[in-house]
This record gives sequence, C-alpha cells and structure tokens, in this order.
Amino acid sequence: MTKHFFGDAAVLLGRSLRHITRSPDTIITTTIMPIAFMLLFVYVFGGAINSGSHSYVNYLLPGILLITIASGIAYTAYRLFLDMQSGIFERFQSMPIARSSVLWAHVLTSLVANLISLVVVVLVALLMGFRSGAGVLAWLAVAGILILFTLALTWIAVIPGLTATSVDGASAFSYPLLFLPFISSAFVPTDTMPGPVRAFAEHQPVTSIVNAIRDLFTGQPVGTDIWIALAWCVGILIVAYIFAMVTYRRRISFP
Amino acid sequence: MTANQVQGPAIHVQGLEKSYKKLEVLHGVDFDVARGSIFALLGSNGAGKTTVVKILSTLLKADAGTASVNGFDVATQAADVRESISLTGQFAAVDEILSGRENLVLVAQLRHLKDPGTIADNLLDRFSLTDAAARKVSTYSGGMRRRLDIAMSLIGNPQVIFLDEPTTGLDPQARIEVWRAVKELAEHGTTVLLTTQYLDEAEQLADRIAILHEGRIIVNGTFAELKQLLPPAKIEYVEKQPTLEDVFFAIVGDDGRHGDAGNERSVGTEE
Repeated sequence: MTKHFFGDAAVLLGRSLRHITRSPDTIITTTIMPIAFMLLFVYVFGGAINSGSHSYVNYLLPGILLITIASGIAYTAYRLFLDMQSGIFERFQSMPIARSSVLWAHVLTSLVANLISLVVVVLVALLMGFRSGAGVLAWLAVAGILILFTLALTWIAVIPGLTATSVDGASAFSYPLLFLPFISSAFVPTDTMPGPVRAFAEHQPVTSIVNAIRDLFTGQPVGTDIWIALAWCVGILIVAYIFAMVTYRRRISFP
Repeated sequence: MTANQVQGPAIHVQGLEKSYKKLEVLHGVDFDVARGSIFALLGSNGAGKTTVVKILSTLLKADAGTASVNGFDVATQAADVRESISLTGQFAAVDEILSGRENLVLVAQLRHLKDPGTIADNLLDRFSLTDAAARKVSTYSGGMRRRLDIAMSLIGNPQVIFLDEPTTGLDPQARIEVWRAVKELAEHGTTVLLTTQYLDEAEQLADRIAILHEGRIIVNGTFAELKQLLPPAKIEYVEKQPTLEDVFFAIVGDDGRHGDAGNERSVGTEE
C-alpha cells in the first residue's frame, strides 16, 4: 500500500491547500495576534523596556515568529478535527490508499500555512524597521529552526485534532503554547526576573530558540544556544510524533 | 491488484462480536450477502448497524468472529477489502469547501484512475449534478449532497458498496432520488449492503432483509418470507385514502418521482 504514498499525499495536500487559498482568513487570523503583539510591544511598551539592543523590533522578532507558529498550529488541529467530524477521514481510510498519507497531508499543509504566515509577519516587521545583516546561510539556519519548531508543534496539534470532541477542545491546547514566550527571553532579558521565574525562563525551550535566532539575525556567533534549541525541537518532535502515532493507531484500529 | 476474486458470497459474516469498553454492541452476528443483491440491515438506533458496517469496511476491528468481503478477510487482507469496497457513511462525507466536481476528481485521483476529469463529468451527469458542478458543496441541499456522496462511492466501480443510513434526514423527494440511485447500482451488478431504520425503505429496495436487534440478527429473509412470519392477512374492504406522501407530491409536482419508488402502497388497512 505504500507504493502510492507520495502520490496520495500530494493529492491530499492539494486538497487542503485549496482549503487555505479559499479561506485566506485562516492565514490572516493566524498573523493578526503576533502582529498586534509586535505593534503593542514596539510602540507602547518598547520605549520602557531596556533590552540592551538599540532596535527593539530587532530584539522582539524571534519571539514573535514563535508566537506566530503557536497560533498557526491551532488551525492544524482544527482542520484535522473537521475531517474527523465530517466523516471524510473515514471515507479516506476505507479507500485503497496509503492510509498514513491522510495524516501527512495535514502535517505538510500545516507547514506550508505556517511558512506563509511567517513571511507575512517578517514583511510587517521590515515595515516597522526590522533590519538584519544576516547572510544567506544564517537566514537558511533561521528557516531550518522555524521549520523544525513548526513540525514539532504540528505533531502536538495532531493529538487534539484526532481526539477532540468539540471545536474549542481542538484548539484550546495552543493557549499555553502562546503563553510560553512571555516567560522567556522573547520580550525582555531574563536577568531582570526573580529567581524561580528566571530559572524557568532560562531552561524552557523558547528561550534557547529565541536566543539562537536572535544571534543568527544579528550576525553574532551562535554558541551553545543553537544546539540546545535544536535538541529541544528534535526532542519535542520525536515525543509528539510517537504520541500522535499511538493516538492515530487507536483511532483507526488497523495498521 | 487482486481485487477481482469471484467466489462465494460477496459478504460473509460469522459470529461477529464487538464491545466498546463495557458496552456490548454485537453478540454473534451471522449473515451472507449474495453477489449483485441489495441486502438491508434493519434496526433501531443503537442496534449496532453502523458497527457492522465499520468492521466490514476495515475501520474497526471485531473482538471475535470472522468477516469477509469479496472473498477477502477484513482482518488479514484489509488492503484487498479496501480495493473492493466503497463506504458511504451516515453523514454525507463530502468536502464542503471543494466543488462537487472537485470532490469527484479527488476520489478518482485517490483511486489512481486515469482521466479523473471525465469520470467526474460522467457521474455529475448521471446524478443530475452538472449544473451545480462548479459550486461549493456547502451550498448544496441535503439531497444533492447525498447524491454526490453516492456518486463518489461509485468511482472505480467497487464490487461492494456500504450505505449506512443513506436517507436519514432527507426530505421525501431526496429520499426517492437516493432509492433510484441504489436500484440502479444493483442493476449494474454491484452488491449493496444498506442499513436503515425505515421499514418501508428496506421493503422498497432490498432483496433480503435482516433485522438486527440487541446485537443479534433475529430474522433474515426476503420480504415475502418475513411477511409469512406474521399472522395471515385478513381481507378487509376499505376505502383507500391518499397518504400524506401522495398529497405532498400532488402539490409540489412529480419531480424526482419516476420509476416505481414510493407508489407501491397496495393495501391501506384500517381497524
């Protein structure tokens, strides 16, 4: 059955990409919150925040990009939930296709949709004065980290997408993810935080990912942050993938 | 592809058992469906009809018993079973955001058929959906959606089609459209297993009817055989009143009422 995997996944990917082009509001609503945060922090709070960087938007953008992804994957869960709910998932599973392609099409769609949202947010940041001296290689490294982070969160999103019993349940899991960047180095340097908060902030994934991207954008040597960031992304990806697959097997009951 | 096995019944079910956690749904279901026939599984809500269909379409694993479709075991040869079948679930499983034509093309592509466009156009024509082909399915009526759903099931000419409550929630006109489509299928030699909670639907369509009650098949036979289980008919002379359905169609016109579906009510009895 796997001989058709790529063909089937491509057909199903085409289908969900059509959903996105026909309801571009999902891209717009994904980007509205991160853009609003960016406006709020740069033009309202930014003046009072001592980030140690002379352009606050430069300092802020890495965290905003992670918030964009966290808000985008809520739609991944939502799209999967709708397919489960409408019965079309079962229709696909009862057809002579590579069964896992149904899930992979959703994962790839999530990746494409999030990349579009990220590009939109970066363009807005450029309008607000974001500048980076990063070379092609550094930009590719940033893209690589963001893709890995998107995949990790996407596989987390697959779990509520498969198991939720209501639309709210399918997307509620993303709220804590949206909150994580606030207790990290995304908005302010961690050294002003009280002890326990600072300890949490410095040892959670967002801080190392934000620091790595920030260093890449500013052309600094990236140091150990990038390896910690990659370890977090790959670690979350593997654990989420295993749990998502267990959930998936349980839902379809046949391998 | 080895999907063309032709031997024995199209569907063979023996001793099927299934429970969801502590809720026992099926306690030993047995039945056979002959090739090219329409078989109705009749039962009230919660009788286990959908569970049987899900097991036969390889979406659920039975706890005990065996089932084969088109000669293939549903547990060990699931891929071959899926080559042989099509499932139309309880809720029209169509993509609302795509157009009717795109839905058909999608299924044709997933079945790896040549020329999906032509296949789609032919089915749109056959199910009188050509005018609505380019419209989003979310704008379709319940009947159109069901017709599209059934059309999607026919792509690739599967030997066996499962229709799980195909007319639940449809208005009388749409119901008759669906009945006509099902009869046409059987004329083309497709085996149809249909579940329903409407007695008249089973009577209208099925060659054989099995009644599923509390997880077991309690009766299985043709409509004539089933009638013999009842006390013999008394002959009474009564005035035949038009049914509400007759009135409905007299007022709204005869659309969708070709063929013999729906007007075979023979004797109206009155105490």
